[in-house]
Amino acid sequence: MSVTPDVGARIERLYREEHGRIIAPLIRLLGDFARAEEVVQDAFEAALAQWPEEGVPAEPRAWILRAARNKAIDRIRRSARYRDKQAELTAVAAVEGAFAPSPDALLKDALRDDLLRLVFTCCHPALAPDAQIALTLRTVCGLTTEEIARAFLLDPRTMAQRIVRVQKKIAAAKIPYRVPEADELGARLEAVLHTLYLVFNEGYAASAGDALVRHELCAEGLRLAELVAQLLPDETEPKGLLALMLLTDARRDARVGPDGELVVLEEQDRTRWDHAAIARALPLVDASLAARPPRAYALQAAVAALHARAARAADTDWRQIAALYAIHARVAPSPVVELNHAVAVAMAGDLAEGLRRIEALDARGALARYHLLPAARADLLRRAGRFADARRAYDDALALATNEVERRYLARRREALPP
Amino acid sequence: MNYLLMIYENERLMNDMSPEEQGRVFAEYHAFTEGIVKSGHFKAGDALQPVATATSVRVKDGKVVTTDGPFAETKEQLGGYYLIDAKDLDEAIAIAARIPAARIGTVEVRPVMVFDQGGM
Repeated sequence: MSVTPDVGARIERLYREEHGRIIAPLIRLLGDFARAEEVVQDAFEAALAQWPEEGVPAEPRAWILRAARNKAIDRIRRSARYRDKQAELTAVAAVEGAFAPSPDALLKDALRDDLLRLVFTCCHPALAPDAQIALTLRTVCGLTTEEIARAFLLDPRTMAQRIVRVQKKIAAAKIPYRVPEADELGARLEAVLHTLYLVFNEGYAASAGDALVRHELCAEGLRLAELVAQLLPDETEPKGLLALMLLTDARRDARVGPDGELVVLEEQDRTRWDHAAIARALPLVDASLAARPPRAYALQAAVAALHARAARAADTDWRQIAALYAIHARVAPSPVVELNHAVAVAMAGDLAEGLRRIEALDARGALARYHLLPAARADLLRRAGRFADARRAYDDALALATNEVERRYLARRREALPP
Repeated sequence: MNYLLMIYENERLMNDMSPEEQGRVFAEYHAFTEGIVKSGHFKAGDALQPVATATSVRVKDGKVVTTDGPFAETKEQLGGYYLIDAKDLDEAIAIAARIPAARIGTVEVRPVMVFDQGGM
């Protein structure tokens, strides 16, 4: 056992990997996010103080779990919250019981329910979406407040306040620490998956910021989706979301050109896709489509899978994609889905019908501020050889687009139009 | 745990209703209230007179200053409240969602502050 310079890095990695599973039972046992967090901090601080001196223990995870258990018991004994000795002994016994299984069993199975409770509470619909994201990253993923602030380009103090505020609301409004009952699980799970999708998307839509940090958000989104898919093996939508993230993330390298410019799907070098990730995602897509009728993430993943399966852009099965969007528009109607459906109809061969649908959508005004509507129209007009109309549509799209990378792409496309 | 459920709705909607419609809404409130009394959640509840009857009071430099009307002009007005005892926010939300006004207005759910012996 030797003191290595990377002890700190190992502790940091352990923190990231195990934070969620260690804190989840503590929140239940101590009845409070803030108190549980202090216990986890104490345990890791003890590791930081002892491991560099005494060496990394043979079983680092077991060591941390034991330290957390002991710190929790200390805290109960020192607390004035317990009415009498009996209440205190009961609380101590509950902590001992919760941490009694072997570390392996504990980290694998025994904490399953607590971890699910944690995810559902962090993504409770009574919390603001940005607060849900911050709390999930901090508590389930073990990101530090500074890391989260950096990822969202916010001042760390602002982020710290946001996290304190949300923890206070959970305690003061008594947001329960539980897995929703079967009759409400569907709606609550949808809210959880939406939060995870936002985490991933924040990393993927490279709107600003350090590329590395942004990618970390994608990785955390994937990790969370993987976790929820494992914790709720009978549900199809977590698998759909995980597959969608894997298939989207697989294109990450191919999506940016040498000068940082956006490369659209049609023009991507498909050999640069992450084919291992695609291979992992495809069976998940099939599993997620088992629900009748299929649900929103499963359908989006199925579309992404059809793109992934096409060796060349020209091989894309647009007919099938249009059919999937038609189902999507029925089970989860939205103007954005209608727009995607219209594009698929056009790409499947009926340009005029696709354009007609986009114009009808535009006339309804449902996507009035959405730059991708004129951008899609511009692209279809270009394919139809109506260059003057396409130019006007690109102008409309440029007037609405805010993302610099997308703006450069639209301007480039506009310039490339024949006169 | 006590929660105050504050019912905000557009007063005009209620005034513009036909007598039959108003009767139906009152019957719904009656049934709802009876339900939460029976289930043991009800602690208090009242409907308020319209905002036209409201007076806002402030004390400035030791003098009582009164103004006609509510504190804030909004599209929806506080029209009534229930004080309930619920086991957690989820139960409070489920009860709030059963208030007839939740379908046309907004019900704000606020936990009632509990003061420990040692202060907050």
